[in-house]
Amino acid sequence: MRRIGDAPLVRRLLIGAALLLSALFLLLPLVAIFAQAFSQGVMVFWENVSNAFTLHAIGLTLVIALMTIPICLVFGVALAWLVTRFSFPGRRILQTLIDIPFAVSPVVAGLIYLLLYGRNGWIGGWLDSHDIQLMFAWPGILMVTIFVTCPFVARELIPLMQAQGSREEEAAVTLGASGWTTFWRVTLPNIRWALLYGIILTNARAVGEFGAVSVVSGAIRGQTNTLPLHLEQLYQDYNAVGAFASAALLALIALLTLAAKAGLEWRASRREAYT
Amino acid sequence: MSQLAFWRSGSTRVLPGFGLSMGISVLFISLVLLLPITGLFGQLSELSLAEYFAIITEGRVVASYMVTIGAAAVAALVNAVFGLLLAWVLVRYEFPGKRLLDALMDLPFALPTAVAGITLATLYAGNGWVGNIIEPMGLQVAYTWVGIALAMAFTSIPFVVRTVQPVLEDLPAEVDEAAMSLGATDGVAFRRVIMPHLWPALVTGTGLAFVRSLGEFGAIIFIAGNMPYETEITALMIFVKLQEYDYAGASAIASVVLFVSLALLLAINIWQGRFVRRLHGGKG
Repeated sequence: MRRIGDAPLVRRLLIGAALLLSALFLLLPLVAIFAQAFSQGVMVFWENVSNAFTLHAIGLTLVIALMTIPICLVFGVALAWLVTRFSFPGRRILQTLIDIPFAVSPVVAGLIYLLLYGRNGWIGGWLDSHDIQLMFAWPGILMVTIFVTCPFVARELIPLMQAQGSREEEAAVTLGASGWTTFWRVTLPNIRWALLYGIILTNARAVGEFGAVSVVSGAIRGQTNTLPLHLEQLYQDYNAVGAFASAALLALIALLTLAAKAGLEWRASRREAYT
Repeated sequence: MSQLAFWRSGSTRVLPGFGLSMGISVLFISLVLLLPITGLFGQLSELSLAEYFAIITEGRVVASYMVTIGAAAVAALVNAVFGLLLAWVLVRYEFPGKRLLDALMDLPFALPTAVAGITLATLYAGNGWVGNIIEPMGLQVAYTWVGIALAMAFTSIPFVVRTVQPVLEDLPAEVDEAAMSLGATDGVAFRRVIMPHLWPALVTGTGLAFVRSLGEFGAIIFIAGNMPYETEITALMIFVKLQEYDYAGASAIASVVLFVSLALLLAINIWQGRFVRRLHGGKG
């Protein structure tokens, strides 16, 4: 039976339009990043990547991402467990609240942290009198990164855990397994791929966050510059090749993220085909 | 046996961890999400109502609302059409490179916004690959609001594709077979039979794309040119006030942005909730 849009002409026209527009709109920028980064040869690219300021920015970016992931992981798993395994008043409100970081502009996210923990803020003033500085230092960067990345793990887990239901866990518990055993032996194996994808997304966003971090970091070269801030400075200094060298590193992480997603989806579809 | 029936009914909690997961979730949401927002209101309380309105209705700020909302609306509408096309092609047709195209859809989410920003600015500048071709034709994209809309469309296209795609996948084949066997043309059948199923998801995706565009910063500032009254977005206005250490001004503008985006988020959630319930009601 013929379906809508199956006529050869319509079909070719639509596929052609989709491919052409995607190539111009999505693929071309991706190609341009690497073309710019290597426009003066591999040696110049390498010099740009291996200079002290870039290396420091890479290090800080990775440390922030590594600290963000476990915190978001614990929160994401706890929230997903809570809203998919129990019903209680306020469940829907919690699920709406978790979307706040997706709706709030990154600049506003940075600002609210600066206001509270900055020198003039309610908490920041008290901290300042105890010689603790969070803003314009790495703890501030960590705090806003946690803010912008915290929904990812929970968002990946909640639909999956809702679909799976709690029967297997209930069976384990009624057979005498402890809560932790149930979680490690029953829940975790069921959710590990979604959990992994949540971590990959958290990492991608943590590494690439710009707006929120630029408000609270102070962007001091060699001290509080993350990779996205570093490339902005290079770009503003008319060092486009240097900026695109850093951009290429970040684009590489983005490509690995996409590859991981495609791999996980392929795995899931294969498992579906078997069962 | 009676115990079995008891816990199946869901009236008691068999699974452990309610207290622990509730504790972690509430503590985290309070400390990370809600507490900082109170900082904003603390700062605002130092302003009188008249001062507050003077800041948020100042000419340059109002111009930035116009630029941001106008460009975001154009970007969302373009994405509604482009996203629908991409979702349709990805679900309905088989062709070489389909998996790659599908993976490419998530690029704007995975790519850091600052990277997207400098890349688009370089491509569309007068000496860039694209700017080179279109500027002699009289099309100026870089440093105009068209560039702002372009950057917004780039960062928010996955919202439409990824919201419409699953709905299109779940549409049973009988739906369009019935329409086609009754002799409808493709265009009529699409409008009358497919669109009624699709448009709630399309509106949700377009709405999410719009909200995202309103707050976008990193992808836009490089291509925008940032001319006061002309190509300044509201997120940049907040940033500029902060660099001038005008915390009260930044907070006042931020409160407008925060209020609008939270209201839109709530509206989308309610819309989506209603639509999901209707769908399930129809099935049951």
